[in-house]
Amino acid sequence: MTRLHIDWTACDGRGLCAELLPELLAEDDWGYPMARDGSPSPTVPPALEPNAQRAVDRCPALALHLTREAERPSAPTR
Amino acid sequence: MTDALWYFARGSGVVALVLLTVVVALGIGARSGRTAFGLPRFAVSLLHRNAALLAVVFLVLHVVSLLFDPYAQLRLFDVVLPFVGNYRPVWQGLGTLGFDLMVAIVVTSLLRHRIGARAWRAVHWLAYLCWPVALLHGLGTGSDNGTAWLWTVSMICVAVVLAAVAWRLTPNFTRFPHRAERKVAPRLRPLEEVR
Ligand code: HEM
Ligand code: SF4
Repeated sequence: MTRLHIDWTACDGRGLCAELLPELLAEDDWGYPMARDGSPSPTVPPALEPNAQRAVDRCPALALHLTREAERPSAPTR
Repeated sequence: MTDALWYFARGSGVVALVLLTVVVALGIGARSGRTAFGLPRFAVSLLHRNAALLAVVFLVLHVVSLLFDPYAQLRLFDVVLPFVGNYRPVWQGLGTLGFDLMVAIVVTSLLRHRIGARAWRAVHWLAYLCWPVALLHGLGTGSDNGTAWLWTVSMICVAVVLAAVAWRLTPNFTRFPHRAERKVAPRLRPLEEVR
């Protein structure tokens, strides 16, 4: 399972990620991304993974990371 | 045939300067609330990146064609080592310096996620040295210096970058001009340092 992790100390609210992942992210009043499901690190469905990778690549503050967890939550791959 | 190389070198050099100007202007404008041409922000970011890569292609063509040009008499180390050339060493050296800076900026940008935001940003600011150096090199070296068309192209490039700087300095430049400065709790500062 892939999650999108947002590093809040780095994020500068520049809005590129919400443009690329409107299905997953909305912006708050100040342009900072908010996960639509309310979780701090939203789950990325497989169909959105390419766009999630684009958001990670384009984020000007390098604030985004994809983390991949194994199916069994007790065995993280990294 | 040898003249063809010479024309090609000049042409590719001018194209590289124009592309570099577009890259710098887009970089300066990247933080704006209103994006260039109404494009989405990520598209402007991609345009900045891809125009930079294209500029590198033209820069390589420019340098390689001069390596084979019988008049320029460029030696291999003139490509990387500035100010030691046979022919107008200072003006040519500016070109070499610009090339080195450009390679540094692009390579660190492609490895951005590897080297981290701070190191990347430090190198990226060399763009403000790279672009004027390239501009001066174009004006001073080679057989087109002083020609009206090269001056015209160069002055348009200057106007574009100055306009981008002026725009950036306007008070409402950013997306949320009234947003408070981003503050990071002291507890988290060490994290921020390593980023
Ligand atoms: C692969 C190539 C490149 C990539 C991926 C890249 C990426 C970036 C990014 C992400 C930003 C920050 C934008 C923002 O804050 O929203 C930026 C800014 C900038 N870039 Fe590049 N860049 C590349 C090449 C270049 C080159 C070759 C130049 C010029 C020599 C350049 C000049 C600038 C300038 C002037 C800024 C604004 C810096 C500032 O004042 O904050 N970039 N670039
Ligand atoms: S692209 Fe990066 S800096 Fe911009 S809002 Fe998203 S996470 Fe924050």
